[in-house]
Amino acid sequence: MSDGTMGAVELAAAVRSGARSARAVTEEALAAVAARDDELHCFLRVLGDEALEQADAVDAAVARGQDPGPLAGVPVGLKDNLCTRGIPTTCASRILDGWRPPYDATVVRMLRQAGAIAVGKTNMDEFAMGSSTENSAFGPTRNPHGRDRVPGGSSGGSAAAVAAGFTPIGLGSDTGGSIRQPAALCGVVGMKPTYGRVSRYGLVAFASSLDQIGPFATTVEDAALLFDVIAGHDPLDSTSLPYPSPPTFESTGAGSEGVRVGVCTDLIDGCAPDVVARVREAADALSAAGAKVEEIRIPELAYGLSAYYLIAPAEASSNLARYDGVRYGLRVDAEDAAAMNTATRTAGFGAEVKRRIMLGTYALSAGYYDAYYAQAQRVRTLVLEAFARAYASCDVLLGATAPTTAFALGEKVDDPMAMYMNDVCTIPSNLAGHPALSVPFGTGGDGLPIGVQVLAPALAEGLLFQVARVVEAAAPSPTRGAGQ
Amino acid sequence: MSEGTEPGHHARRTPGKLSPEEVVHVAALARLALTDAEVELFTAQLRTVLDHAADVAALDLSHLAPTAHPLPVANALRPDEPRPSLDREEVLAAAPSVEDNRFRVPRIGAPAP
Repeated sequence: MSDGTMGAVELAAAVRSGARSARAVTEEALAAVAARDDELHCFLRVLGDEALEQADAVDAAVARGQDPGPLAGVPVGLKDNLCTRGIPTTCASRILDGWRPPYDATVVRMLRQAGAIAVGKTNMDEFAMGSSTENSAFGPTRNPHGRDRVPGGSSGGSAAAVAAGFTPIGLGSDTGGSIRQPAALCGVVGMKPTYGRVSRYGLVAFASSLDQIGPFATTVEDAALLFDVIAGHDPLDSTSLPYPSPPTFESTGAGSEGVRVGVCTDLIDGCAPDVVARVREAADALSAAGAKVEEIRIPELAYGLSAYYLIAPAEASSNLARYDGVRYGLRVDAEDAAAMNTATRTAGFGAEVKRRIMLGTYALSAGYYDAYYAQAQRVRTLVLEAFARAYASCDVLLGATAPTTAFALGEKVDDPMAMYMNDVCTIPSNLAGHPALSVPFGTGGDGLPIGVQVLAPALAEGLLFQVARVVEAAAPSPTRGAGQ
Repeated sequence: MSEGTEPGHHARRTPGKLSPEEVVHVAALARLALTDAEVELFTAQLRTVLDHAADVAALDLSHLAPTAHPLPVANALRPDEPRPSLDREEVLAAAPSVEDNRFRVPRIGAPAP
């Protein structure tokens, strides 16, 4: 599939110059999905007619001499928790099966304005709760690098679609690592922006103080291009940062000369030996490129996992109260309203969603609130203060993204705590609201991709891309185009 | 509310093991019905997660203020100006049951005597 080997930057340039038509690019992407997605199941819904219509609009703009946008003709996969007007948006849940949102998410609107072509809604763990995409009510996605392996999650469909070469870019959401972990397991770039940088309007809420939308791409440069398109203030999201996001794309090649990199041992210890080795090699590469690399300990990060698995379920239990069978989605009829609510939720939610709702309800309940929820919020302060101390002596931090390479389908799905441990390295950035990125860096002994995580303080997305690009340039093997 | 939620009171106690009865209670609060097998499974699974959280519950963090949100957000205000909202027909079209431009639900509460 030729477009799978062409990045978003080159593809948009070709469409903008008229060298390629958006329609031809879109048809190729749709044909590739039709030919190979039965096996991978990246998509819950393919947007054939809608995509071609959008492609024709881009081609018409080019023909008229108008600017078709920075992502002209670039196919993109949208995680199915991003609202698309009139197009089913399920969050991979039975409770929303068939629901057609009456509005577009702000990021969906921005992508369209930038000329991107949404070719499908991608698979995910139900309501973004999971680390393997096995919690989808509509069946799992497979990893393009190994069909018996998970793609990670919860944004596994978007990550796998990029890894498979279906779309050069994709959107996911990251509440505790749901962009970065699948990016690592699928061998692509995945980035979580600063909290508030990208509008959450139209992102179906999981844990509102942690959720953030971000890009997937095959290269750091493409991720920056997509980030620049979706970042910025949105009056429709009251937690959106009230100022413009400075462009990052032009400066991704600025290098790492003099950048202070802290190799965070707490984000490496406990990871598989192959993963540790790749992070060390990435640190060496940064050092060779002129960065000042030193080790740093941030022991407080160890408490992040426990705090997250109290805070996120607590917020989820509140957010998911809206699925009551009254205004949209599934209804299972019963004799009175309360029984209808219960019947609907019992039939509509999967096991992991029920677990988290119960955990959150418990953590918020009278008698346990202080011991669990309030205590977890104090840990959040602890993590924020620890990061602040680290960033007094470092510009960025380096660590692993995920503790292991992609694990086998079915391996952890019946053991929630083992599944949660996948997020141990990614969670701290969500608790702090900081940006972080996973960049592919070689493989493990099993031949599966490994991602190195770069973390930065709030608002430092530009530096994040800059450092990640140095790591990318030094990566031992090409990771683009799995499964072609 | 329990005494544990009063301002200035920082619980040092670690709650006891989650019981199946508490799981049933919490599920009822969350409007979920569980089978006996689910009660058993979820009790064991949630205990594992709460056991892991014991490290956090045991810390003395009374000197730290809780963080509810990563941004120092205050209220986001804007002028109160009329503007188009969601289309009523489109919104109601998504509802399981509608009557006279309203969401229709089954009887609320006990039937009249």
